[in-house]
Amino acid sequence: MAALARLGLADDRVQSLVGELNGILEHMDVLQQVDIGGASLDPDATHGMRMRDDVPNPIVLSRAREEFAPSMRDGFFLVPRLATHGTAESADDEGDE
Amino acid sequence: MSASGTNVAGGAAGDVTDGYEMVIGLEVHCQLKTRTKLFSAASAQFGDAPNANTDAVCLGLPGALPVLNRHAILLATRASIGLECTVHDVSVFARKHYFYPDLPKGYQISQFDRPLATSGRVVIGTNTDGSEKVIGITRVHVEEDAGKSVHDRFAGFSAIDLNRAGTPLIEIVSEPDLRSAADAGLYLRALKQIIEYTEVSDASMEEGSLRVDVNISARPVGQVAFGTRTEIKNLNSFSGVERSIEIEFARQCGVLRAGGVIEQRTMLWDGHKGEVRPARAKEGSHDYRYFPEPDLPPLVLDAAWIQEQRDALVELPAAKRARFVSQYGLSNHDVDQLTATVILADRFEQVAKAGGDAKRAANWMLGTVLAAVNVRGGDVTSHPVSPQRLGALITLEVEGAVSNTAAKQIFAMLETEDAEPRALAEREGLLQVSDDGALVQWIDEVLAELPEEAARFLAGEKKLQGVLVGAVMKKSKGSADPKKVNQLLGKLPDTQ
Amino acid sequence: MSDSLLLSRSVAEVAADIASGRLPRDAALDASLAVMESANAGPGGLNAVLWSDAEGARAGVAALTLNPEQRLAGIAVAVKDNIATRTMPTTCGSKILEGYVSPFEATVIARLRAAGAVIPMKTNMDEFAMGSSTENSAYGVTRHPMDHTRVPGGSSGGSAAVVAAGVTRIALGSETGGSVRQPAAFCGIVGVKPTYGRVSRHGLVAFASSLDQVGVFGTTVDDAALGLQVIAGVDPLDSTTLDVPVADYRAARGATGDQPLAGVVIGRPVEYFPESLDPRMRALLDRSADHLRALGAEVRDVSLPHTSLAIPVYYIVAPAEASSNLARFDGVRYGLRVEGDGLRGMYEATRSQGFGPEVTRRILLGTYVLSAGYYDAYYKRAMAVRRLIADDFTKVFAGGVHVLLTPTTPSTAFVAGSRSDPYEMYMSDIFTATANLAGVPAMSQPIGRIDGLPVGGQLLASHFDEATMFRVGYALERALGTEAHT
Repeated sequence: MAALARLGLADDRVQSLVGELNGILEHMDVLQQVDIGGASLDPDATHGMRMRDDVPNPIVLSRAREEFAPSMRDGFFLVPRLATHGTAESADDEGDE
Repeated sequence: MSASGTNVAGGAAGDVTDGYEMVIGLEVHCQLKTRTKLFSAASAQFGDAPNANTDAVCLGLPGALPVLNRHAILLATRASIGLECTVHDVSVFARKHYFYPDLPKGYQISQFDRPLATSGRVVIGTNTDGSEKVIGITRVHVEEDAGKSVHDRFAGFSAIDLNRAGTPLIEIVSEPDLRSAADAGLYLRALKQIIEYTEVSDASMEEGSLRVDVNISARPVGQVAFGTRTEIKNLNSFSGVERSIEIEFARQCGVLRAGGVIEQRTMLWDGHKGEVRPARAKEGSHDYRYFPEPDLPPLVLDAAWIQEQRDALVELPAAKRARFVSQYGLSNHDVDQLTATVILADRFEQVAKAGGDAKRAANWMLGTVLAAVNVRGGDVTSHPVSPQRLGALITLEVEGAVSNTAAKQIFAMLETEDAEPRALAEREGLLQVSDDGALVQWIDEVLAELPEEAARFLAGEKKLQGVLVGAVMKKSKGSADPKKVNQLLGKLPDTQ
Repeated sequence: MSDSLLLSRSVAEVAADIASGRLPRDAALDASLAVMESANAGPGGLNAVLWSDAEGARAGVAALTLNPEQRLAGIAVAVKDNIATRTMPTTCGSKILEGYVSPFEATVIARLRAAGAVIPMKTNMDEFAMGSSTENSAYGVTRHPMDHTRVPGGSSGGSAAVVAAGVTRIALGSETGGSVRQPAAFCGIVGVKPTYGRVSRHGLVAFASSLDQVGVFGTTVDDAALGLQVIAGVDPLDSTTLDVPVADYRAARGATGDQPLAGVVIGRPVEYFPESLDPRMRALLDRSADHLRALGAEVRDVSLPHTSLAIPVYYIVAPAEASSNLARFDGVRYGLRVEGDGLRGMYEATRSQGFGPEVTRRILLGTYVLSAGYYDAYYKRAMAVRRLIADDFTKVFAGGVHVLLTPTTPSTAFVAGSRSDPYEMYMSDIFTATANLAGVPAMSQPIGRIDGLPVGGQLLASHFDEATMFRVGYALERALGTEAHT
């Protein structure tokens, strides 16, 4: 789970967290006993989604991106170099080197 | 309904694929032609400075929320109708989670179990028995695109440009109905044409507004169950799609034939080397932890509005082709070419109406006009010869007032002069001459100018008639009636 | 002068005086800044104020074009540090956003400023709003103004402490499971959570999107009602806001006559008055109910049968959405970046160093309940049970009840450091989380003291019926008078 969430936890921390989380999850088991009955799982479509016109109207930023970005050059955000065959799936392997 | 067809053994693969059948499903992403992004009102325009078109929503800044672009939904609905799908009145957006620097929020807003549209079809041709070859469409859903990363610009770094992040896409998922690389190509071309007709997307693989992922598996012929599939990504042309299918199919057959097992994994197409190879190490599917997007209520579309879109839909390629064949009596070949794009088809119809002769109109459009457009650039609608003027020229031809050769000359003049065809014909003396006297005079002059050919022709070498006719046409600056000239010339050898 | 200014008149009156020129335009701001000093509200003292911008606020007041339409003219409003402001950092109490100054401001901030208010300070909070004590901040704990050994509650503890200490009369907080009402109860002030979709979340850093709302603290019911009045309303930038007209929340403020609540039916859900409820707490609720009866209301027992499921549901739904909302904190575009071994190393180092233990715990929990194989059993099931909890309210309100009366918290403000078991801490939300799950509006107001510590009584109403909730609140406040604080 920690890997999935990119949390980078040290092993000893993982142990204690597992204990804590199991404890918390035990309390959740009560939900399994609940009779859902007729509770509809369909999305509540009473209020449809409001849509916006296709007119450029971006939320204006009062500071340049460079001011809050950790690392930018020539307008690009910089990150440690990825594998050249960058698909999202292969990004899981980053850091295995 | 699945397409029939024999399994394809690629020439290069030889017989490793014998006895096996490929099963292909395609996932196609099209960028929708909107001015702004799907959930952000930042511009969706291509080509601007990196990160110039990003606002709080596209950057995933804390506190920013998605707001849906109405026009994107209109286009997506139109595309779905064009693909004969059922458009659902309620659909739901969902978050798809993974970590990657070009995905600003750490999740993509897409649709999961309640997509916009399902159950469509595309006709890609006819089977040997005359029935339609139909590929099913499982679903069409709407989602936002990710940004772009560039790896070679700064040493040691990857550079992220989020201009594209958040632009609207539709994902079109086909049923695994395809059974050959060629059919995959047909499907893509048919799909692209429908997308272009409905003006939903530029649908260009080369420009990146159309992306294709291939899902491919192999099974022994006759087996009903599907084999394990692999996914091929990083394709950038239709030919690349077809080639990669052949290569991967051969690979899978090789593995199966040797008693091995196909691993479910992602493969990447390398267009330079013409190779399909595995994406790095990891196998297995990803846990995207889909759940309904809590920042967006369900998308509810009014059934009457959906029907309006249906009614307003442009005539689709298949229907137009059928109509052209029956209405204009043209060949399938001509019709296929004339309906390649809507603007060509429309122009053709205007010309046919103005000139009163569909066959000639077709010939003109597919020959002279397209060639001229090719040279000039632009498209058929920006060509200076209007349908009315071309129609008038065709009328002259039909009347017999000008020959085809003369007409072509007049056409060239029409491109640069703002004059009417008849006036030009008169001015240039191109009105067809059918008067025997004049023709005989020209023929006599030609025979005198080409004594050797004349002698041989008169002696019986019929094939020289064409040369002599051509010379008469040249002498007459194209105004001689070629039929008459042929008639008169043809009689001569007999009279000797 | 500053004391009488702040306490003896309603904010609305002070604003009207500033707008009309009867009071100097920086009168309220000066008073606020002076109390901030004297109450030692910043680091080293209460540690309720994280960042302040006196200069900017003064400039803001100087630049005001005063007119009577500005209902908060010159009024200083404190804002919880998870609401985006352009002039001060927005850190959410986390290291991962240390020094981050948002390049856009929240809709609620824009609305406050349009009403003439100025924002001189950002307040401390549990990191990313996850907590019930304001002990989970990366910037230190906040102390209860009345007893420095105790917590002010959380996650909006900083804003509550600031109002309780008299630094500002109105403050913004945020609610996900009770994070405004619980600290309001602990600190003896009024705290309101609006109907879900009543107030824009554009600019509120998301914790659990389907539960979050900006909430308002006020010294009195009227101050809180005024604050909500200014910020409420549909926002095109937030698709979850609803286009429902904003009623006049202050309409009932002057209701006199001896039966101002005639015709109002008040329900007491039995599940909120368990055997285990502290008898002194029960007695204070009974006293409030008696007052309400005396004002003409009918008070009857009702049932919200699925109440006991609220905590398990909340602690599945909220962490799940939180794990998703916090995925964007990756060091790429803003905030903390810690280099690591390649890209993945950077993500992990940044997030492990940037997030505190409670946030980490909830992200893990959330990731787990959304993961393949567990989604159906946990998240999907929790959302179904959530419907049942919401339906409980719908049925009761449809049955002729207008407002519900409950305790806000099971206890008074606890001693800092005394709730070490996470689940024990989670149980403090037991009376408040139901309103977030059902989306109904709710308010806590002071109804008395136990051992000198404030106790809050909670009112809940049906969706978008804040007006009736305030009507009962006004009447109860008037009836209790000084009893509310003794």
